[in-house]
Amino acid sequence: MTAFKRIDKPSHINRTKQISFQFDGKMFNGFVGDTLASALLANGKTLLGRSFKYHRPRGIIGAGIEESNALLTTGSDGRTEPNTISTTAELKSGITAKSQNAWPSLNFDLMAVNQLLSPIFGAGFYYKTFMGPLKKSWMMYEPIIRKAAGLGAAVPDVDSARYEMRYMFCDVLIIGSGPAGLAAAVTAARSGARVVLVEQDFEFGGSILSSGSEELERWRKAQIAELEKSPEVRLLKRTTAQGIYDQNLAVLSLTPENHPALKITEQLRARTIIMATGAIERPLVFANNDRPGVMLASALRTYLNRFSVVPKKRAVIVTNNDSAYSTAFDLAENDVAVTVAEHRGTLSGNLLARAAQLGIAIFPNCGIADVIGEKQMRGVRLSGRHAVTIECDVLGMSGGWSPAVHLTSHGGIKPKYNEQIAAFIPGGFAKSHFGAGAINGTFGLLAAIREGDAAARAALPDSKKIKEFDLPAVREDRKYSIQPIWNAAEKSNEKYAFVDFQNDVTVKDIKGAHQEGYFSVEHLKRYTTLGMGTDQGKTSNVNALAMMADLRGLPLSQAGTTTFRPPYSPMTVGAIAARSVGLRFKPKRLSPLHDWHVAHGATFIEAGLWMRAWFYDWAGKTPEEAYIKEMELVRQNVGISDVSSLGKIDVQGSDAAEFLNRIYVNGFAKLPVGRARYGVMLNDDGVVLDDGTTSRITDTKFYMTTTTAQAGEVMSWLEYLLQMHWTDLNVHVTSLTDEWGGMAVSGPNSRRALQLAFPEIDITNEALPYMGVIEFKFEGVEVRVLRLSFSGELAYEVHCSADYTTALWEHILKAAELLGIKPYGLEALASLRIEKGHVAGADLDHRNTLDDLGLGKMAGKDKAYIGKELRFREDCQAPERWSLVGIESMEEGAKLRGGAILFAATDEIKGHGRGYITSVTWSTELNKYIALALYNGGLKHEGEDIICAFPLKNENVKARIVSPHFIDKQGERLHA
Amino acid sequence: MAKGYSIFSLAKHALRPSEPWPEAWEKPVPKSSYDVIIIGGGGHGLATAYYLAKDHGVKNIAVLEKSYIGSGNVGRNTTLIRSNYMIGGNTAFFEKSMQLWEGLSHELNFNCMVSHRGQMTLAVSPGQVDAFARRGNTMRLNGIDAELLDRNEVMKELPYLDFSKEARFPIHGAIHQPRAGTVRHDAVAWGYARAASQLGVHIIENCEVSAILRDGDKVVGVETSRGKILSNKIGIAVAGHTSHVAAMAGLRLPVESHILQAFVTEPVKPIVHHVVSWGAELFYLSQSDKGGMVFGGHIDGFNTYTQRGQFHRIQNVMECATTLLPFMSRMRLLRHWGGIQDMTPDGSPFICKTPIDGLYLNGGWCYQGFKATPASGTTFAYMIANDQEHELTGGFSLDRFEKGKELDEYGIGNWIYKQ
Amino acid sequence: MRIPCPHCGERDVAEFRYGGDASNVRPSHGSGDLKQWHDYKFIFDNPQGPHLEYWQHVYGCRQWFKLNRNTATNEIVGGER
Repeated sequence: MTAFKRIDKPSHINRTKQISFQFDGKMFNGFVGDTLASALLANGKTLLGRSFKYHRPRGIIGAGIEESNALLTTGSDGRTEPNTISTTAELKSGITAKSQNAWPSLNFDLMAVNQLLSPIFGAGFYYKTFMGPLKKSWMMYEPIIRKAAGLGAAVPDVDSARYEMRYMFCDVLIIGSGPAGLAAAVTAARSGARVVLVEQDFEFGGSILSSGSEELERWRKAQIAELEKSPEVRLLKRTTAQGIYDQNLAVLSLTPENHPALKITEQLRARTIIMATGAIERPLVFANNDRPGVMLASALRTYLNRFSVVPKKRAVIVTNNDSAYSTAFDLAENDVAVTVAEHRGTLSGNLLARAAQLGIAIFPNCGIADVIGEKQMRGVRLSGRHAVTIECDVLGMSGGWSPAVHLTSHGGIKPKYNEQIAAFIPGGFAKSHFGAGAINGTFGLLAAIREGDAAARAALPDSKKIKEFDLPAVREDRKYSIQPIWNAAEKSNEKYAFVDFQNDVTVKDIKGAHQEGYFSVEHLKRYTTLGMGTDQGKTSNVNALAMMADLRGLPLSQAGTTTFRPPYSPMTVGAIAARSVGLRFKPKRLSPLHDWHVAHGATFIEAGLWMRAWFYDWAGKTPEEAYIKEMELVRQNVGISDVSSLGKIDVQGSDAAEFLNRIYVNGFAKLPVGRARYGVMLNDDGVVLDDGTTSRITDTKFYMTTTTAQAGEVMSWLEYLLQMHWTDLNVHVTSLTDEWGGMAVSGPNSRRALQLAFPEIDITNEALPYMGVIEFKFEGVEVRVLRLSFSGELAYEVHCSADYTTALWEHILKAAELLGIKPYGLEALASLRIEKGHVAGADLDHRNTLDDLGLGKMAGKDKAYIGKELRFREDCQAPERWSLVGIESMEEGAKLRGGAILFAATDEIKGHGRGYITSVTWSTELNKYIALALYNGGLKHEGEDIICAFPLKNENVKARIVSPHFIDKQGERLHA
Repeated sequence: MAKGYSIFSLAKHALRPSEPWPEAWEKPVPKSSYDVIIIGGGGHGLATAYYLAKDHGVKNIAVLEKSYIGSGNVGRNTTLIRSNYMIGGNTAFFEKSMQLWEGLSHELNFNCMVSHRGQMTLAVSPGQVDAFARRGNTMRLNGIDAELLDRNEVMKELPYLDFSKEARFPIHGAIHQPRAGTVRHDAVAWGYARAASQLGVHIIENCEVSAILRDGDKVVGVETSRGKILSNKIGIAVAGHTSHVAAMAGLRLPVESHILQAFVTEPVKPIVHHVVSWGAELFYLSQSDKGGMVFGGHIDGFNTYTQRGQFHRIQNVMECATTLLPFMSRMRLLRHWGGIQDMTPDGSPFICKTPIDGLYLNGGWCYQGFKATPASGTTFAYMIANDQEHELTGGFSLDRFEKGKELDEYGIGNWIYKQ
Repeated sequence: MRIPCPHCGERDVAEFRYGGDASNVRPSHGSGDLKQWHDYKFIFDNPQGPHLEYWQHVYGCRQWFKLNRNTATNEIVGGER
């Protein structure tokens, strides 16, 4: 038994291009120009899915974006998409579609037993039960309830589709290409403005496509032809305006036709926006109004005039307004027997005459009492005094029209109720926004065209000069004449009169919510789940609000409305993320030496956005193995390591010394030229911001280094101070982080290595003492050598322009080859500094004060510096604060672990402890595990035994508090 | 304990449809005075009223809500609960909250769907594994559940994450709190409201406070859109608008109002069985019982009272989602919305007295208001009833910045200068 | 949102970083006591309405500037160098 058929009538499908597709494993044919839904209907398929809660059989309700039932899973494998709206999905060759939410099959769904429980299963059911018998009983019920969740299924396969994001600008954005939108676009285009016309369908024309009128079709084509010839106009079909964000950012979703990307998101900045978004027809609410075959009246007209698909024999139309008669007449003209159940008592003479002419029987003052049939309706029983049963294939319903006010609502403007058309219209338009046509409640076609033209003129300067607009030669608009009826169910408590189809919210649920005091619109929605489905209540919201207002005895204008939120229709997540995913999620920052590392066996690790050489394969296959060898190299001979990721800032100007003196806790005013100094800077709140070494190159020029992690923060901070507060200081700061590269040459043989590399340069201890800086040209390249050490060994940092860093690195390696110089990576670098007791990222966070790090003495007593005042807040100076200590393992073979919580030997192992381990290494010098830690009271406890608790691995390791300077406490090596 | 809902009462009402359910909470006309007024009918305000009535025998309480109850952040969050806190002033408070969540549906006789499905926080570097270990160890040492998982164990539990070579930030491990999870957020507001109403609390909706009335250094009442209402004890629980209401009493606070956005996709069959959060960037996701992915990220990052988010933040959150959980690319974003939240300089809240007698402050919740609801309610009720701090909230004071006693749980410092 | 950089013109908010309330007066360097710095750093009017605030065109000219923006509407009244 099939309810629909395809007829020969000409329409928008291209009968010369037949395409085949698959639905639930069977092959079907359709035409180019079909939607998935129209092709399925043409093939007689009306049962397409099951509802969310009761698993009731469901078919197609609408013919567009409002569809709440006919959602299918399309595609396969890496292209599977759940919940595709079949009424907007363009039919493509080879498309595969599957029904959803049915088990074991669409035709025989066992979950439909839920209907038997419906007396219990009403709104708010879950909140009243599944609480017992035990405290955590929900954990027992949840997995079962969760199984029933969702419609389609997500597929964890990797998505093979490509998505793009683009950024555009225009003068006039027109949303919607119905009569109003086309008119607005043509007028705007004639002004020469940059115009974008957006249409969610794959054809321009909106309601014209469903009209069946040759004259309107001629007019539509003429407008499109003119727009296509206008050079400043972009015509975007298959594009939905999803949201309007602050300052006229329109976000568009495009499904492009001939583009490698499956979807494109466009961020369009429009000077003005004309909303010609149309209106959506409302269903009527009566018993079993969800049966397959019950559809919106306007959808029946669309299937007829656009797709040549009609009900097989007989249609019943139920309405409370004149618009549904267009459907009734068009069907009758195409040999469908039509009967109208008319809620109103009186009709205009014109309508009655035309109906009589077409043989349409009209039953006034009645609606639908019930729908007969389950998986496909077979007839209806009229309500009221007629009470007759009519056999029919379909029922077209019209409860009136709701303007698509969503986009105005995104900006925070509440819709307002218009009594005359019984609908919500925009409560106003933001500056530079305009509305035209049905969005304003203007439902006539000619009126909409005139409004579209007027809106474009309002949006443009000098609009008087624009050529007058041509109207199509059609008869004047039909009246709308609505008499609202929100609840058309015979029984006020009707359990299967659906308001929200997808979420199975019924009249009874709304009544229940009212009884229980969930009055407010938001409570109603949240308690019953009304409007929370994939259609976001496009067809259900207004009916529900009105019913609640009735129950409360309030006029609809006072009952409040719901807030529409973006996106207008469900938006593919991948299309918003576009290409910034996977490896491209964040940029990789690469050292100028990166390629060298790659070519020489480095393994890398992420350090923030940087990729840093972690260890080299000359030393081992795993970091645990390699870093030990690399450390030994530095302690015993000489190694070279890439430190290019350090923040490097050029500080210049006559007040540069004063500036540095203010931002560092220690003095920089008197730093001599050719010398470097370690400095610490605080935030205003007195907490440590960063540390690093700054060198004085000339009287007015300094070279600052910062930690890798804080480089960006420090740079912004310096700029903030100079630009917003210390504008009297003559100082300029420039980031050199990417322009310069650096390498550390470390180890007892480092001086010999550099002497081999730069034989012309005097780098003896006298010429370049510890914390000295020299600058020279090597083969024409400016080179800076800073004698400083992170490892505690005799060491240098060599910096030069990033362009030459690799050449310089290779030169040093080659010159010192005989010494056995080799590269060492980040793991060894970080371990060497632990032995020396230098703090770094792992030990530092925003909780540490200068004193916590044992650096309090560095701060100038008599000088001002940032953070000085708040540094001396009571608790920042408390003696029991956790401050820096060294720790050595007292258990042979027992590993210390980062994140272990520290206790005194006699403490109960419980609570927050006295501190924790921040970083750990195996010490090649001491032959044991050592660590840096923060500990209550710090070095006051030097020599005490402690327990390092790591309950996550059930470990308690005995250790001892020691000085954090594990090696060379006197600094002899540094000064060698 | 509240009463009236059970499978038996459901069956009774199903069989006798003529007997309607009573209103979940009564809608009384405001009286001219109360013993205690709570400003704000959100989760915290309603919970406070409930515990005041239940634990402290206060009979005469009003909750004043400018809109409908639960219209603020209790209905706008991503529904997560957890107690993975490691700073002294936080650990016990949030664990208390978790313990109260465990029995909340029973206590309120309202199924809040408290789901202890576990939270997995993914570490993306060895350093982060150490940092998570510190957190987990501290939790365990304070009697809170926590487990450390290595990469392979994570792969077994969350096979849908990106474990490929294409991962920009490879997963090194995770910390798992099995008792963490999700709660049906609206139900928390409704459940507390209903239980409080059964104890005689007046819940007054559509009642906006426009002035706090004082007699010298003492509060004496409020001016509202429904008239003047007197009380000597007033609790403010209006997170998001704390500065605005506190200003009515002449107070300036360490609080700024920011928007946090949240997102939900179309419902699909269950695939994500935990709460998943990430160490590479602030990002958290769970799948609701209805099937939608509920997720979020950072605040937009500048003061605003508009509930409209910026699109570049939306982009960032979608990038996080798709990067961490590649299957998300084909999911469809159904709705996104924003909540206005109080941000404080250290990311921690206030439950404290104010310089004005009888005026108590609950706010500054930053990202953690929802999960704190039950503990916030009990401790704030205690403070109002006894005019003294509860032992769990000693750290949540207004003067902590003056004293240098910041409660910086994540060590990120003042977020204003952070990106 | 579009932020008018006084140096480059209007740009998307994503190019900027926010620097917080600019109406609190910073004590001049080396002056001010703990209380003054505390109030400057930690206490805000946090108004629902016009708000003077710092922004930096961080992915552009890197200039900091003050902006007057309405926090109730996100409407921008103006920027100043």
